[in-house]
Amino acid sequence: MDKNVLQSIAGVEIYPIISFVIFFLFFLGLLLYVVRARRPHLDAMSQLPLRDGLTPDEETLTYHF
Amino acid sequence: MEVAPTPPLTAVAPLLVQPQVSRTVDEFFYDNRIVRDFGIATVFWGIAGMLVGVLAAFQLAQPEANMHTAVTTFGRIRPLHTNAVIFAFVGNGIFMGVYYSLQRLCKAAMYSKTLSKIHFWGWQLIILSALISLPLGYTTSKEYAELEWPIDIAITLVWVVFGWNMFGTIARRRERHLYVGIWFYIATFLTVAVLHIVNSMEVPVSFMKSYSMYAGVQDALVQWWYGHNAVAFFLTTPYLGLMYYFLPKAAERPVYSYRLSIIHFWSLIFIYIWAGPHHLLYTALPDWAQSLGVAFSIMLIAPSWGGMINGLLTLRGAWDKVRTEPVLKFMVVAVTAYGMATFEGPMLSLKNVNAIAHFTDWIVAHVHVGALGWNGFLTFAMLYWLWPRLYRTELYSKKLANAHFWLGTIGILFYALPMYWAGFTQGLMWKQFNQEGMLQYPNFLETVLQIVPMYYMRGIGGVLYLSGAFLMLYNLIKTASSGTLLASEKAHAPALLPASLVEEHQGGHWHRWIERRPAQLAVFATVAILIGGAVEMVPTFLVKSNVPTIASVKPYRPLELQGRDLYIKEGCSNCHTQMVRPFRSETERYGEYSKAGEFVYDRPFLWGSKRTGPDLHRVGAKYPHSWHYNHMLDPTSMSPGSIMPPYPWLFDNDIDYSTLPKKIRVLQGLGTPYPAGFDQQAVADARQQADGIVRELKKEDLDVKSDKEIVALIAYLQRLGTDIKVKPEVTQAAPAAQ
Repeated sequence: MDKNVLQSIAGVEIYPIISFVIFFLFFLGLLLYVVRARRPHLDAMSQLPLRDGLTPDEETLTYHF
Repeated sequence: MEVAPTPPLTAVAPLLVQPQVSRTVDEFFYDNRIVRDFGIATVFWGIAGMLVGVLAAFQLAQPEANMHTAVTTFGRIRPLHTNAVIFAFVGNGIFMGVYYSLQRLCKAAMYSKTLSKIHFWGWQLIILSALISLPLGYTTSKEYAELEWPIDIAITLVWVVFGWNMFGTIARRRERHLYVGIWFYIATFLTVAVLHIVNSMEVPVSFMKSYSMYAGVQDALVQWWYGHNAVAFFLTTPYLGLMYYFLPKAAERPVYSYRLSIIHFWSLIFIYIWAGPHHLLYTALPDWAQSLGVAFSIMLIAPSWGGMINGLLTLRGAWDKVRTEPVLKFMVVAVTAYGMATFEGPMLSLKNVNAIAHFTDWIVAHVHVGALGWNGFLTFAMLYWLWPRLYRTELYSKKLANAHFWLGTIGILFYALPMYWAGFTQGLMWKQFNQEGMLQYPNFLETVLQIVPMYYMRGIGGVLYLSGAFLMLYNLIKTASSGTLLASEKAHAPALLPASLVEEHQGGHWHRWIERRPAQLAVFATVAILIGGAVEMVPTFLVKSNVPTIASVKPYRPLELQGRDLYIKEGCSNCHTQMVRPFRSETERYGEYSKAGEFVYDRPFLWGSKRTGPDLHRVGAKYPHSWHYNHMLDPTSMSPGSIMPPYPWLFDNDIDYSTLPKKIRVLQGLGTPYPAGFDQQAVADARQQADGIVRELKKEDLDVKSDKEIVALIAYLQRLGTDIKVKPEVTQAAPAAQ
């Protein structure tokens, strides 16, 4: 039955190719994203929940510089 | 909030070299009161929902617990339980955690206190309306989406208020980058909105009655796309966001791998949305959609376990604290339960496993490992962590919290193990053939009676878990009374500089681009979740003409339609399926397997998901009217030992014909081929059919008036699955059958 179902959609041949391309690009992009992410940035991001007050650097910001 | 005016263009270049911008630290106040309010609602509705759950559990062991009234019968109590624990307990838990963490991760107060209040009270009113309407039998019957159309609209509005408040807060943030927890909140908001709107498409018949815009197979696909993703995006993604905030907080160390959390997020939301059809394996859903659901369910193990490992490894070097800190104990079990449930889920999606597990208590065990372990325990952990901080004091008693932990853990075991046992036992008994090739247990009731002791043990597990929650209630009340609520918490953070002035962002990596742009992140997340939904649904809707139509399948007669609406009202589909799967063990027991073309007039579909009682798709014409009459009045008279509750009120209540013409018109509008003007003949047709049933009953000395509800229900039950017997000739819409 699935064959009938799919055959009735115009240009169905392109579907598997599109599906593969979407998948490939999605996970390739994701991989590049995390591989290229730099350690200091990731560390800073992962510290966000733990930083409640001002950092020593930020304490100085109350003043004009 | 002070931000230096953007300097003229000519001055930008020197500024970038040496940012000499006037920058101040802002002072602002976190709104803790709203967090506390959602916390109270979480505890209150949690205990209420669990109490209803315990009642439902014992009703299955002891039918007397149905208390012989309509409002307290299992069919109406079970949706009350599921809605209460999902949307009231976990829902308020989500909002409690989000309102606390979002403010702190954005370094900003909530966008609007008024919106917060509207959100809070709006959500509680929705819960209250569910609490009233579900026991009264106002239900769409679609699981976890039972609430009728006016409440659906209210949910949409309140959800928009939540999103507005959240995005407003994000827009006013003082932290340029969005932490991964917020990504999960954004994906939750967007996906739940899409799911709720698509699945709730219904045409009102009256104030609290509607018919689904979808019929049969399509309704089933939309419902389980929704049902599965309600688990994904209401019970999982928001709690993962909360895990990524509260677990590092409680362990006082950052998440194990931020890289892994990025992979976790994107791959989880991308893959999850495709897996819905695994709820419909071996049903009349097209096979390609079933296979797609299986494949994506298996893939789902990777991101789920990535997240679980990330959570557990965050405790690296902090395991000594787990021994002493109840908050961490709860979190460890929660994350472990998440890991177990997300491994088991894909395994249950394998067709060979599903063949045994589906429709049994195995599934009930599976969801409760997730609900009691993952959602429940993470909620308890958040409450124990938040309460002392909101009230500026210490937790009243760690000992009690530890006792809660052990009661809860043992409760989960007492709940899950008997249910696994019951599931295996019954699933295998249904399929057991004897040496002569006949069903070993042809009487369905035999397979039920076998597992009743397990139902008692499950109830005890529920009581243990619930008593733990009561300990928490006491502990939190004592904690609150020993401190004072810090309703507004003062905080400081430097104002954000415009991005153009910050050097980092001139040469930053492209991936950071999305981490500081909530709007784009939202768009990408929406695209990721829409792909899966679209791929599954578009063909299924395009194929409307290709669902093999069966010439002999006709629309329900008006009385049968009334009976069907009673079947929905009484929640019969909570215990009875209408889907004979193509197994010999099922065709032997029930008859011909169910075909997609048989459901084209079913709005909503009523395939069910659990067989506490036998399948009913081929029950039509199987027994005389009198059997149904006696069985509904006292199930044990026909099936000694039956755990089905009696339905005496069906014999007293009159059939409500007032909305029947409107029902016919609505169905005509949706494409049901009733002849023109049939709405005006419908009542007469119904009365005529009712008179026929009453005459039949009279022959067996059963006196009933033709306007009683039981007559309509009998009419529906006797119609079920009989159409294909009328004329066995099956035709197929173009193209021709394979």
